[in-house]
Amino acid sequence: MTARAVDQASFQAEVLNSDKPVLVDFWAEWCGPCRMVSPILDQIAAENPDKLDIVKVNVDENPQLAMEYQIVSIPAMKVFQNGEVVQTVIGAKPKAALEADLAAVLA
Amino acid sequence: MRNVIIIGSGPAGYTAAIYAARAGLEPVLLASSVEAGGELMNTTEIENFPGFPDGIMGPDLMAKFQEQAERFGTEVILDDVTELDLRGEIKTVKTGYSGEFEGRTVIFATGSAYRKLGLGDEDRLSGRGVSWCATCDGFFFKGKEIAVVGGGDSAMEEATFLTRFASKVYVIHRRDSLKASKIMQDRAFANEKIEFVWNSEVTGITGEGAVDGVTLRDTVDGSERHLAIGGLFVAIGNDPRTHLIHGQLDLTEEGTIAVEGRSSRTNLPGVFAAGDVIDPHYRQAITAAGSGTVAALDAEHYLSALDDAEKLEAEGETTEAEALIASA
Repeated sequence: MTARAVDQASFQAEVLNSDKPVLVDFWAEWCGPCRMVSPILDQIAAENPDKLDIVKVNVDENPQLAMEYQIVSIPAMKVFQNGEVVQTVIGAKPKAALEADLAAVLA
Repeated sequence: MRNVIIIGSGPAGYTAAIYAARAGLEPVLLASSVEAGGELMNTTEIENFPGFPDGIMGPDLMAKFQEQAERFGTEVILDDVTELDLRGEIKTVKTGYSGEFEGRTVIFATGSAYRKLGLGDEDRLSGRGVSWCATCDGFFFKGKEIAVVGGGDSAMEEATFLTRFASKVYVIHRRDSLKASKIMQDRAFANEKIEFVWNSEVTGITGEGAVDGVTLRDTVDGSERHLAIGGLFVAIGNDPRTHLIHGQLDLTEEGTIAVEGRSSRTNLPGVFAAGDVIDPHYRQAITAAGSGTVAALDAEHYLSALDDAEKLEAEGETTEAEALIASA
């Protein structure tokens, strides 16, 4: 399973209005570490279907979202809850480290 | 039980795998989960790797390394090593999710990790304008004035790459000359968007939510000043990645794994090291690849000596068996 793509148009409905916490993975084709972390995020999503939704935003195609959320380094993973950013994780990390970072959401 | 366990997936690790696999040793290569491919994954065009006269992108080159290693039977595992025991005749290597591996030999090719400036605000502003990866983050600095710290090839490559996005790139360097290769220097000097800030050391990074500047100390007269920038790319060198083997393998004064002469032999029998983790000086993709070759050949030699010794032992020739192992 691969995390679905969200864009400028669907961001409000899919992320900000979601009942569940949503992790948004800001990424780009040319970012090597993004490609490495993406399958790990897919695994975390598959293992925690009730707790967390995981979506991707391509920063090349959605520069306004990247600017709005002040992305200056990718991969950047932001967890949204009730429309607010509650957590930011920056950089590709092994699964255990990401799970530790997301412990509050995955608990 | 594996013949060869290779830890690391840069040019050294994959080249060792190609040689070991072609020798029929069926190596397993532990590539790491998020850093597979190593340092070249974060570079752009590589112009000095022989065989690619038109240059090749770093990630493309690493994909070819992997393909070639797998073609001859290397098993590549995208997982991280968490623990090692290299002391016994059978080496054990634990991974995050793929279980434990036992091997008769281990080739250690973990490369190096980028060096930090060591400033208090560096971690706080990391991912908020402080970066170690121009190819990942340069995009976000369109039209901005930014700086690169460092004076080597990677600093010049990053600075030149960043001029695609930034309106201006300062190169901050502690000395008044660069240690980068001539071609990289010339390219940076010729670039109108690059301005050199000589004899300057970064002593502080400023900004609340994001980087807004750096404090510079003049290394000649000690004076301090502030330079307003929107991003800081750190390229001041690398340190060998040896945290996994502390206390098990001897290190040199420079912090690299100590090897015997021009070989890859560490202080432990059956444990070999290759690439940047043993090299404080050259640190090139091609020297790492050559070093990986040496490690695979040393491992192969060790394994055949071990096999011969076992045969001798079975025949009751214990003394000769011991002599064989000692010479391997």
